[in-house]
Amino acid sequence: MMPDLGKYGLEVNSSYVLSLLALAVIIGLYAKRSRAVKRDLAAMEAVHDA
Amino acid sequence: MIQLFLRDVGLSVRSGGGFGLALIFFLIVVTLIPFALGPDQTALAVIAPGVLWLGALLACLLSLDRIFGLDFEDGTLDLLATSPLPPEAVYIAKAAAHWLTTGLPLALAAPVLGMLLNLDFETGKILCLSLLLGTPALSLIGAFGASLTLGVKRGGLLLSLLVLPLYVPSLIFGAQAVRLAGQGLAYDGALVLLSAISLGAAAILPFASGAALRINLR
Amino acid sequence: MNNRSIAPTFWDRFWRLANPKVFMGWSGRALPWVAAAAGLFLCSGLIWGYFFTPDDIRQGSTVKIIYLHVPAALMAINGYLLMFVGALVWLIRRQHVSVLAAKAAAPVGMVMTLIALATGAIWGQPMWGTYWVWDPRLTSFLILFLFYVGYIALWAAIEDEDTAADLTSVLAIVGAVFAMLSRYAVFFWNQGLHQGTTVTMADGAQQDNISNVFFQPLLLSMMGFGLLFLTLLLIGTRTEVRSRRLKVLQARERME
Repeated sequence: MMPDLGKYGLEVNSSYVLSLLALAVIIGLYAKRSRAVKRDLAAMEAVHDA
Repeated sequence: MIQLFLRDVGLSVRSGGGFGLALIFFLIVVTLIPFALGPDQTALAVIAPGVLWLGALLACLLSLDRIFGLDFEDGTLDLLATSPLPPEAVYIAKAAAHWLTTGLPLALAAPVLGMLLNLDFETGKILCLSLLLGTPALSLIGAFGASLTLGVKRGGLLLSLLVLPLYVPSLIFGAQAVRLAGQGLAYDGALVLLSAISLGAAAILPFASGAALRINLR
Repeated sequence: MNNRSIAPTFWDRFWRLANPKVFMGWSGRALPWVAAAAGLFLCSGLIWGYFFTPDDIRQGSTVKIIYLHVPAALMAINGYLLMFVGALVWLIRRQHVSVLAAKAAAPVGMVMTLIALATGAIWGQPMWGTYWVWDPRLTSFLILFLFYVGYIALWAAIEDEDTAADLTSVLAIVGAVFAMLSRYAVFFWNQGLHQGTTVTMADGAQQDNISNVFFQPLLLSMMGFGLLFLTLLLIGTRTEVRSRRLKVLQARERME
């Protein structure tokens, strides 16, 4: 299933792993902050409307 | 505006004004380089243009927060803001004062320090010229950065972070001009581009800094 | 009397997004679709590129890095363009959504720049012999990275939101001018190794530019990265809009 990467396997694979990792991190950070702010705002608005 | 310029120059030269500090720093950096890189004369001559440009650049960087910082702290800047002098003029006066007290001395001192790095006299002349043409940009860009970070407490590091990328074109052209001169190649293209940056900075940055000053002094 | 059509043009509708409520409504509806499309294009592009493309005659399998490097580099520049536009709109029209979009775009652009730098260096190593070469394009991306860091740092350093928006916008605009200057300067300084893009298949079939075999998955990957950028931009801007409202409510509570 894995393609024959010849002698450049390390380069290609590390590029993919690092890039996908970086994307996962930034996506995760954005999602996490979004959830936290959403939660805080909902709490604030609940108090505010009450 | 002229009065503000003269006042700033005067303040800088007076004791405690930090006038000689940039020069001393420049000297220290240049003397440290051979310690770090070895005393091989030919090697030093090769890196001399870059090291001297970099040293002058860093020495400029050191004195940037004085441009507005002192006046901001004691309220003078607020007074200037209410005066009929527009913020753009305040910026120009202060950037000019910075250049006269920092950029110009560094440019004149550079060929002398170049001797420590085995830089020959002819190349040294071009070094001086390139710094004379390039340090105005450094003062203008530096003052712009200072106007942005005015309200930030202990913003020195942030100031450096903002300003250094903006210094890159000047550094590239300036050091390259001296390198080309050292190799006997044509260097006027680099000098022209270097001057263009200084002129361009003088044309655009007053407005940007004026805006930043207005924002910070609201 | 007046026969002019009153139907809204595209730009009329676009500017309505400046209203936070309208923006939140539209982006909330669009987000799942954009995110799904991003996932689809990204996966198909990268999987196709990684598994199902041939090697290049000179670069071997490292040509597969192109599916990461080129899209990331495009997004890195795109991010700064967006910041520039957002900054401009803020300074002219003082509509918060635009500057908050710029703020949200910055970290994404910065990560894209890092990916472009890392993949560029890794790709370059077997080709050029060292991890870092002062090649003009790589160098200008390094400078771009520093600009991103400065912009983000300035946002973080200033407490008042509107002041931060103003100052960072001034910085973004001056920075954009200098970024373009730097690009030109860097090319002057080092003619560089990033010579034209010729990609040839291992079996010797030579094409002038990137041939179809390589281009189609690249196109998918570029669309994937672009949609991912948009997804994160929407998520980030929505977060900033909410955050601003949160601060307003908190300030109000402190005064009561």
